[in-house]
Amino acid sequence: MRAMHKLAVTTTAFLGTAFASAHADWALNMRQGVTETSQSVYDLHMIIFWVCCAIGVVVFGAMIYSMLYHRKSKGAVAAQFHESTSMEILWTVVPIIILVGMAIPATSTLLAMEDTGDADMTIKVTGIQWKWKYDYVDGEGAGVSFVSSLHPDHNEARMVGSGADVTKFGDSYLMEVDNPLVIPTGKKVRFLLTAADVIHSWWVPDLGWKKDAIPGFVNEAWTQVDEPGTYRGKCAELCGKDHGFMPIVVVAKAPEDYAKWVAEQKGAAEAEAASADREWTTDELMAKGEQVYNTNCAACHQANGQGLPPTFPSIAGSPIATGDAAAHISLVMNGKAGTAMAAYRDVLKDADMAAVLTYQRNAWGNAASIIQPAAIKAAR
Amino acid sequence: MSTATATHDDHHDHGPAKGLMRWVTTTNHKDIGTLYLLFALVMFFVGGAMAMVIRAELFQPGMQLVDPQFFNSMTTVHALVMIFGAVMPAFTGLANWLIPMMIGAPDMALPRMNNFSFWILPFAFSLLLSTFFMAGGGPAGGWTLYPPLSLQMGDGFPFLIFAIHLAGISSIMGSINVVVTILNMRPPGMTLMKMPLFVWTWLITAYLLIATMPVLAGAVTMLLTDKFAGTSFFSAAGGGDPVMFQHIFWFFGHPEVYILILPAFGIVSAIVPTFARKPLFGYSSMVYATASIAFLSFIVWAHHMFTVGMPVVGELFFMYATMMIAVPTGVKVFNWVSTMWKGSMTFETPMLFAIGFIIMFTIGGFSGLMLAIAPADFQYHDTYFVVAHFHYVLVTGAVYSIMAAAYYWLPKWTGNMYDEKLGKMHFWISTISVNVLFFPQHFLGLAGMPRRIPDYSIQFTDWNMISSIGGFVFGFSQLMFAYMVYKTIKGGEKATDQVWEGADGLEWTLSSPPPYHSFTDAPEIK
Repeated sequence: MRAMHKLAVTTTAFLGTAFASAHADWALNMRQGVTETSQSVYDLHMIIFWVCCAIGVVVFGAMIYSMLYHRKSKGAVAAQFHESTSMEILWTVVPIIILVGMAIPATSTLLAMEDTGDADMTIKVTGIQWKWKYDYVDGEGAGVSFVSSLHPDHNEARMVGSGADVTKFGDSYLMEVDNPLVIPTGKKVRFLLTAADVIHSWWVPDLGWKKDAIPGFVNEAWTQVDEPGTYRGKCAELCGKDHGFMPIVVVAKAPEDYAKWVAEQKGAAEAEAASADREWTTDELMAKGEQVYNTNCAACHQANGQGLPPTFPSIAGSPIATGDAAAHISLVMNGKAGTAMAAYRDVLKDADMAAVLTYQRNAWGNAASIIQPAAIKAAR
Repeated sequence: MSTATATHDDHHDHGPAKGLMRWVTTTNHKDIGTLYLLFALVMFFVGGAMAMVIRAELFQPGMQLVDPQFFNSMTTVHALVMIFGAVMPAFTGLANWLIPMMIGAPDMALPRMNNFSFWILPFAFSLLLSTFFMAGGGPAGGWTLYPPLSLQMGDGFPFLIFAIHLAGISSIMGSINVVVTILNMRPPGMTLMKMPLFVWTWLITAYLLIATMPVLAGAVTMLLTDKFAGTSFFSAAGGGDPVMFQHIFWFFGHPEVYILILPAFGIVSAIVPTFARKPLFGYSSMVYATASIAFLSFIVWAHHMFTVGMPVVGELFFMYATMMIAVPTGVKVFNWVSTMWKGSMTFETPMLFAIGFIIMFTIGGFSGLMLAIAPADFQYHDTYFVVAHFHYVLVTGAVYSIMAAAYYWLPKWTGNMYDEKLGKMHFWISTISVNVLFFPQHFLGLAGMPRRIPDYSIQFTDWNMISSIGGFVFGFSQLMFAYMVYKTIKGGEKATDQVWEGADGLEWTLSSPPPYHSFTDAPEIK
């Protein structure tokens, strides 16, 4: 592995010089990332790349030589040889030896990547059309839980016909979220990946891997980031309409900053729980509801509530949103099987769900009862 | 020439019916071959138009032209149309035209089934394309149809499934016909190991099709019952497993990849010796390599799904098995290079496309080898690196071989030479633009751009623009190919029976164009 790393470093230096003048955006090569895993993946990538280049030089070199010198216009007369057992054996055995040489480091890297034992903490990652939910299962921060969606500013700008100049967001366009995943540096973090609706894939290139999040199954992966920083990625498995708008942002914080963040989260969760127990005014519910609606519902049902029928029905004037509160709560909480309507039971907290339901029942000309957080709590 | 005239007179008696009914009721291998090839050409432009929509939306960041759902249906249907509508029917068309002429037979063994297997296809693809006009739109869950996502499709879903069934039935019937023809209609003296490589590769391809198409049919039928009959094959909530679909799909899908490339190997193995004026190097090793690739294709499927969370032993097995494929594929490339070596080469358009194939298919092979390394695949998987990889093997691989075949055999089929200047121009414009189109996609994937996204972060802008420009040039330059085909059918300099100085094989002993019933008497095999 040492020699491999050295080779990779040399090649990086070489590529670096070769393309030093290139603008950063004209990126050519894989990112080396910030973990030991991503570095060994990068090393493997560079080795197999150079092996391919070497074979390419030999094969294409022979072809080009032949095309230049063995042409009829140069008076070449065709030889008539057409087989050679020793050549056939040679070019069967040599590639096998190269492949065995490749398989050895690949195997050891793979085994290391799949070893999720001895983790310091565990985070459950749930893919939901089209956001990620993070539950801190054990270790420091256990109990923290939140949903991470595309940042509202980006979400607005990416709509067809928004007319927004998306370049103002820079390289983080579509890779910015409302609530990033925060992990401590220097700790082995184990991820449990699953999904609520369709298959997603959780990928941050700087961590060196992606893993599918599959409904009904739990996959494992791990990382250890030593440098504090912000690392961005996206969902990598086609998961429906807004697959391209499902970013991942990981913020690695030094342990003491991480502890501070956990304390903040716990405080916010308590405030949130307390707010669910009090009576809300209609204005409060409507204001909060519009915000929640735009993050969670507008992608399909549209900001004007008209939806995109028949796949995504209109909420404005719908019998459910203007009818019985219990049926409306049940639909949003449990989703609708066989359609893209997801279950929001674990996505929205009591106050948020009450607010968004109230908003749906009273916006765009709808006029139905308001729903208090207490009703949601009771319905769970 | 006297024999040619004699056979020409002869086919007035058994010649084709006149008008439209000739094409509807034909049982002639050449007519059906022509139908297949023209159908494939039309589908090539239909799928190509979808690719143009994709590249136009990706020309710059931000959403300009289409909504994300429609974008997803473009990527999905582009793939389905190109694979099942363009490349596979084109190869079947070539098989129909060439296999009887190459083995000295009068026609295919099962002519009525031949007619039926073609005429299913226009219906299958009308069904598929009609889903765009149904509630919920066209399929948008990817051509791989992974559940649960594919089950979210609207009213068009059963039409999609039925279209796949029909295309599959057509392929199976075509394959049975190929197998029966090759095994039963060779003249005395033509042993299996004397067959041209195109016939060999198609024989093996036909077996792959017969073995895997029913697997696909089973998988999509299970999707259908999951959607409508309350089964839970792929739903964890009902005790099923969404990953099981992927295993079944790729058990079909990986052999399918070789179905799309083995006939190409056969075409290139016919063209390179002709223009090198030297026999194919290592004929028997080519046959064994093809058979090895076909065998290996059945035990590597899960390399398409390294990230689903298989047991590590499974990942290791599929990584090793996949790496092994490089060996027989390498043997083929080495044999082609050795065939060129010390030849007396000329570079007419078919040879240019064949050499383009060897070089660019090998580049696709290299990225394939990189993708085989499971830990590295965890980074490459589902990115534009994969998109670049399979377009190198499918466009500059399979499609280039079909172009090469068209230039190589059109003079034989029509009796007219194509326009060499136009052909060379088509080759060079295509080759430059296709590399501008697909090579930068390697960089995009490595830099972290996932595939199947309609919009992207600003740092991916530059290469996407370059790629789109290449895409537009490549797309529109294919109109030159359509024009070339039209012009050659219409007329042109008369082709000799031999057509190419170095050509060898039974098809070149027939007149150009060949008689309606290729070989009425079994030819003598030396």
